[in-house]
Amino acid sequence: MISSETDMEKKKVLKISNNLGLHARAAGKIVALANQFESRLFLSKENEEVDGSSILSILTLSCPKGTEIKAKIVGQDSEAFMERLTELFANKFGEDA
Amino acid sequence: MTVRPNEPKDRMQGIPVSPGIIIGKAHLVDRSTVQILYQYLIDEKQIAGEVERFEHALRTTEKQLETLKNKMPEHVKEHSFILDSHLMILKDSMLCDSTIRRIQEERINAEWALKKSFHEIRKIFAQIDDDYISNRIQDVESVSERILRNLSGEMQENLAEIRERVIIVAHDLSPADTTELNISKVMGFITDVGGQTSHTAIMAQALEIPAVVGLEAASERISDGELLIVDGSTGEVVINPDDADIIRYQEKQLQHEKYKSTIAKISHLPAETPDGYRIAIKANIEFLEEVAAVRDHGAEGIGLYRTEFLYLRSKGLPTEEELFNDYREVAEIMAPDPVTIRTLDLGGDKFASQIDIVNEMNPAMGLRAIRLCLREPGLFRTQLRAILRASIFGRVQLMFPMISGVQEVLEVKEILNAVKQELDGEGIIYDENMPVGVMIEIPSAVTISDLLTRHVDFFSIGTNDLIQYALAIDRVNEHVAYMYQPFHPAILRMIRQVVQEGRKAGIKISLCGEMAGDPLCTPILLGLGLDELSLNARSIPLVKTIVRSIPLKQARHDFKQVLQLNTAKEVRDYLLKRMKKLIPELGERGFFPA
Repeated sequence: MISSETDMEKKKVLKISNNLGLHARAAGKIVALANQFESRLFLSKENEEVDGSSILSILTLSCPKGTEIKAKIVGQDSEAFMERLTELFANKFGEDA
Repeated sequence: MTVRPNEPKDRMQGIPVSPGIIIGKAHLVDRSTVQILYQYLIDEKQIAGEVERFEHALRTTEKQLETLKNKMPEHVKEHSFILDSHLMILKDSMLCDSTIRRIQEERINAEWALKKSFHEIRKIFAQIDDDYISNRIQDVESVSERILRNLSGEMQENLAEIRERVIIVAHDLSPADTTELNISKVMGFITDVGGQTSHTAIMAQALEIPAVVGLEAASERISDGELLIVDGSTGEVVINPDDADIIRYQEKQLQHEKYKSTIAKISHLPAETPDGYRIAIKANIEFLEEVAAVRDHGAEGIGLYRTEFLYLRSKGLPTEEELFNDYREVAEIMAPDPVTIRTLDLGGDKFASQIDIVNEMNPAMGLRAIRLCLREPGLFRTQLRAILRASIFGRVQLMFPMISGVQEVLEVKEILNAVKQELDGEGIIYDENMPVGVMIEIPSAVTISDLLTRHVDFFSIGTNDLIQYALAIDRVNEHVAYMYQPFHPAILRMIRQVVQEGRKAGIKISLCGEMAGDPLCTPILLGLGLDELSLNARSIPLVKTIVRSIPLKQARHDFKQVLQLNTAKEVRDYLLKRMKKLIPELGERGFFPA
């Protein structure tokens, strides 16, 4: 899954597996996470790339369950950030318990 | 920005939704109209100051949202997510950065720039296929409006502070707007949007004040303080009327009042058939202010107090104290007549913004009413405490909505008992014998009504939902709405079954749906042997007139006849024919379709 990357830049394809898809609450959790890190997050679906710290931009990607989106993190703490982001997606944003 | 030379007379035609004629001053509450006035260009030297002004408004808005969040009661803290997302939108680059960029590049003032940013976001959201996500634009709108209000330096327009009696003119009125209104100062409503079932219409009907909706551009064409004539029976609105108009409408107004007082006389007589059968006629209400009208129309109590209203305000969830004061007042005013308080029936389209619930495919069958209360016991207990505390101030009855089986009744009663014990522990008194009943509105509850009688003191048949669930008809779906048939033989049989089981067990049976207020239904409801009908206060005089004209023997006969018929249409035609024969004067006065 992991494609070309450097120390400063991490890339990964993440799958949305919670039933509701990437709705406001889930998007909010991504933004809250992004605010904890220095690095910048970009999310893209098909050819559209958006700022991962903007809840509105994430919503406009319109991702139902099953969508695969590309995450790109650029900055000093990109590795730790990507780890937490992967966790968040794997936990289905804390939903579907 | 429109210039208004000599304030010429102007007429508009809208949809009449609540009858009556009023002549009074306009009070404009539409915010976007005001904002247009705040559109101007700035020069280079002003840019930095304008950006700072915008950023200051953002900080103020942030503080307000944080305060709101902190004020949320403990048991709903988990739902503070809504406010969290508003805080995120507030800081979102799509909204803020783009606004600042517009101020700098287009040299326009902050309000204008913000509006442009918002419209751009709205355009993008409108293209999203997923309705749930595209509807989030409402959150963006709410945040933008808050910033705008902070920019213009004025506090949120406080509808509670209207001093003189006025006609409210608005683009649209949200439930939140109307909960904040000082009702006694409102003569009527007119709005640009809306239809027969809009919130404004329901509100105005309940308050019995005239309203016209769907005027399209009223909030643009009418200025604050202009003289208006509003005819809620025809949908006419006259702006800046001349003397001849005023005289003509005053005459109409007088006739309308005369008519109202004529039927009001009937309403104070008991609902007793010529052969001496008494049926209790009570009123459905949605908020405290309606109680006066209920008394005027001769209701013998409140058969259904819908309690959702206080939960729909913008201020946040009501506290126990607020609920208690409200219930206490209703109980006191109505005493010694009983008041049946139905616990929270939130769901479907009525979600309070404070309770965060995911968008449901099928809200009518989703997490609502008693289901929501059982999932949110904190919310439920607060309401039960308030109702119990109010119970000693009058005759209060407690009713649970959307009961589907005995299990739910056992669960709610367990919570009720726990709350009672809690009050005992605190030394707070309440009516220990307060009757507890359930709404019968789910077909399963009809089928097991014999079992339910063992656990409750009364039934109230909620026909609106019962018809919807029994016939699998979505009331708001225009394509199938025609199949929503109160006279469907299945519905009549279901009501009969509930009445029979209730009779056997010796508990009281009420009916509180729209059917209770439909004059055509009155004979069969009488014939069924219901103990009480609870209806819209306005319909009480008419229903009482019918009860007083039809002997019970006749009504029973009619019901038996109707049970033999095959279709809703046959039932309806039969009843129409009977009514025209029994009470010809009602037909002549246009109470029934020709």
